[in-house]
Amino acid sequence: MQAAARHCRAPLFHSSLSITGMSMSLKNVFEKTIPKLVLGPTLLSSLLFVYGFIFLTAYLSLTPSRMMPNFEFAGLQQYAALFDNERWWTSLANLGIFGTLFIGISVALGLFLAILLDQKIRAEGALRAVYLYPMALSFIVTGTAWKWMLNPSLGLEKVMHDCGWSSFHFDWLVNPDMAIYTVVIAGVWQSSGFVMALFLAGLRGIDDDIIKAAQVDGASLPTIYRRIVIPAMRPVFFSVLLILSHIAIKSFDLVIALTAGGPGNASSVPAIFMYQFSFTRGQLGLGSASAMMMLATIVAVLVPLMYLEARSNKAMR
Amino acid sequence: MKSMTPARFILYLLLALFMLYYIAPLYVMVSTSFKTLDEIRSGNLLSLPHAINGAAWQRAWSSACTGTTCEGLQPFFWNSIKMVLPAVGISTLLGAFNGYVFAHWRFRGSEWLFTGLLVGCFIPFQVVLLPMAGLLGQFGLANTTVGLVFVHVVYGTAFTTLFFRNYYVGVPEELIKAARIDGAGFFLIFRKVVLPISGPIFVVCIIWQFTQIWNDFLFGVVFASGEAQPITVGLNNLVNTSTGVQEHNVNMAAAIIAALPTLLVYLVAGRYFVRGLTAGAVKG
Amino acid sequence: MASLSIRQIRKVYTNGVEVLKGIDIEVQDGQFLILVGGSGSGKSTLLNMIAGLESVTSGEIRIGERIVNELQPKDRDIAMVFQSYALYPSMTVRQNIAFGLGVKKVPRAEQDEIVERVAQTLQITHLLDRRPAQLSGGQRQRVAMGRAIARKPALFLFDEPLSNLDAKLRVEMRAEIKRLHQRLKSTIVYVTHDQIEAMTMGDLIAVMKDGVVQQLGTPQDIYDNPANLFVAGFIGSPSMNFIKAELGVDQAGAPFIALDNAGRPMRLALPFAAAALSAYVGKTVILGIRPEQITDLGTAHGEAGQELHCLIDLVEPTGPDTLLTTTLNGTAVTCRAHPREAVLPGHSMALAFNLSKATLFDPESGQRIA
Repeated sequence: MQAAARHCRAPLFHSSLSITGMSMSLKNVFEKTIPKLVLGPTLLSSLLFVYGFIFLTAYLSLTPSRMMPNFEFAGLQQYAALFDNERWWTSLANLGIFGTLFIGISVALGLFLAILLDQKIRAEGALRAVYLYPMALSFIVTGTAWKWMLNPSLGLEKVMHDCGWSSFHFDWLVNPDMAIYTVVIAGVWQSSGFVMALFLAGLRGIDDDIIKAAQVDGASLPTIYRRIVIPAMRPVFFSVLLILSHIAIKSFDLVIALTAGGPGNASSVPAIFMYQFSFTRGQLGLGSASAMMMLATIVAVLVPLMYLEARSNKAMR
Repeated sequence: MKSMTPARFILYLLLALFMLYYIAPLYVMVSTSFKTLDEIRSGNLLSLPHAINGAAWQRAWSSACTGTTCEGLQPFFWNSIKMVLPAVGISTLLGAFNGYVFAHWRFRGSEWLFTGLLVGCFIPFQVVLLPMAGLLGQFGLANTTVGLVFVHVVYGTAFTTLFFRNYYVGVPEELIKAARIDGAGFFLIFRKVVLPISGPIFVVCIIWQFTQIWNDFLFGVVFASGEAQPITVGLNNLVNTSTGVQEHNVNMAAAIIAALPTLLVYLVAGRYFVRGLTAGAVKG
Repeated sequence: MASLSIRQIRKVYTNGVEVLKGIDIEVQDGQFLILVGGSGSGKSTLLNMIAGLESVTSGEIRIGERIVNELQPKDRDIAMVFQSYALYPSMTVRQNIAFGLGVKKVPRAEQDEIVERVAQTLQITHLLDRRPAQLSGGQRQRVAMGRAIARKPALFLFDEPLSNLDAKLRVEMRAEIKRLHQRLKSTIVYVTHDQIEAMTMGDLIAVMKDGVVQQLGTPQDIYDNPANLFVAGFIGSPSMNFIKAELGVDQAGAPFIALDNAGRPMRLALPFAAAALSAYVGKTVILGIRPEQITDLGTAHGEAGQELHCLIDLVEPTGPDTLLTTTLNGTAVTCRAHPREAVLPGHSMALAFNLSKATLFDPESGQRIA
């Protein structure tokens, strides 16, 4: 019997075509698809609510929608209107100013603090906690606090007056030309601790032996930092730039709390522009166009950064 | 520990100065919240309150005006709680399962799907606000806590998935293989083998999500007005409702109330918070 | 217990790489099969396919009389021991061993009984309430085996289980596993890259390279009659000597090998029929001869062998014998000699070459000619 069974092998059939055999393969199919089923809801929601919505917003930006969506095709008229809009240009300019200063100062300050903290400090843990806690706060809280601190009559100015510098003048908050810089101050305060934490982790990841070899070779500490340590931190730089750019472009909460985009529209940023035109001023088409422009900006900044990072990673191997 | 040379002294001095820079706003907030309006006007940011006056706190909590109502931050605080707890819970749980699949049950194309999902972390949310507002409106969820929870879950799950997937990739594949050979299936392996060793990442994820969602303003202001507004929106309204005199002490008290939960979480479990930040960032 | 049948198994990855190119192995019930080879040989892939952890591109795997190609691992009635032990870190040793039983809904009392029995067999009863993190490597390996034994599977699979252990422990565990096999009379498939493990433990060895079974046979068979250059060089330590030389036929028609012994041309007569080698006369072949076939005259006891005086370059005492290295035809040739007979490097000594077990290989294909 066994010999016979061995001779009549048919590779693709089950040797026992019983009911259990059949339900076995159905069960198998089910078990193989469970992982995909588990992912299903999330993937579906990503497809619909991320990609689908982006598509919808893009379409809206090509319509003449005002208070209500109007699905008539209007070409690029909203974009033309956007770039004709004084407020939009102000917002973009502010984003540029804020972005560069925010990123630049945060990186410099964060790196500086990280280098300081890397020197085997006694209360390192406590100091790190102090530098980092602002990240735990909402941008609204930060904005509110700094709004008070930079209050033209009762804030920083008054402290300085009371200390003797009676000619000190600090009305940036209500000064159309300087308002955006207050956002920089508050933003740096909030994020530089986080940058420091990342840089510190990067510094700690550098092989001690390389430093020792440099010391034996006679290099001074600043030289070591300049020629060995900082170049070795390239990957961290990229991460930091990615994250800070992202925060800068999306800035909304902080500006709202600090200046509400004012005085007037002097410190408006694209996120505020989008909100105002979409939700307060009933210009859905224009608002959508501004949102798409924000997306374009993020892509334009992040994609080259990622590409450069990937390339530098390959080069470093 | 190294000895105190002039260089070290300068080092500590610098660090202390910066420490002041970071603490200053907190000090100012706290001290202002305990002053009376007269004290504020007569003194300055740095002066201490004459007495610990809790009046501003009381007003901030229960009677300050936030737009059309004057009930203080209390209702908004509870709104935030009602919203944050389910949002954090659901997004974390989804992230855990998703991360588990992406780490140990890969299939053809799963890496691409993962990357596609991750894109959701990077978009400016402005590009989804309008359609989402429309969708919520259609389903009668506009301006409700449920709607807000839904939004946070949808857009938070990409992050949580990233956290869990990166963590679960560190769980050896052979462990899962052994469990499969022992006869366990997808869910049993998750429950008995993977979950028991997931403690650390759950903490990191929950802390991160709690902070992000509690501190969120954009979704709150767009998708929930009136009854369901979270505390960030309430705070902003409170501070910016300019009906007459600005009550700076109340503003500060309100700000601290809004900041307290996340600050407490940070103080208690700060290192997990940092781990979360660096974990998300390391992905690059 | 069951037999294992591997027929025409092929595995091609989605990127087109063919990892297994047609494997045929029949394992009897209760046999100990070893899959041995270097990395990239496909042995681990084959093991994973038997386990059901990787899919089969074409071919058939049968456990017992069942074709298991489409079955999930848990339906194949197998158990596996991994290189990294893969013990569940959050469970105690007891829970680790009982895990599979719990999944099959074995009643609690029976579970406890089985765990106790298994623990006794492997002498880990005192470890039952510890966690894996508290165990040494050897102890973890025993627990991993205990987990496998507890389920009384039809087939045991071992994936390089001793690679993470130190040398001494490895020798101990080898004996343990072999003893276990004798006790349980189970069918085992064991993957290793270590040829000593293969030789000492297996009933049947499959030497694999580049996704193909180079030779399938018993340890002694593979040792004495290697099918090709790779198998001959892989099994045996120190490895077989390979001497490239020209094959000639003397006046009597008997074949010989032309050797250059430090400048002196010599001939080694071969015990093969000239007719079989006619295609290679005048061409280069590779002579394979194991170190123990070349020894000092005293040890050789005048057995049928040929004497050559060789210049010794290197002397390596191992204890039981001394390895001497000389140079023939420009190749280093290792021989085993009695420690007392060994000379110092730089001196010559008489060596007896026993060619009764010598092999000849084709230099191009590596296949064995004689």
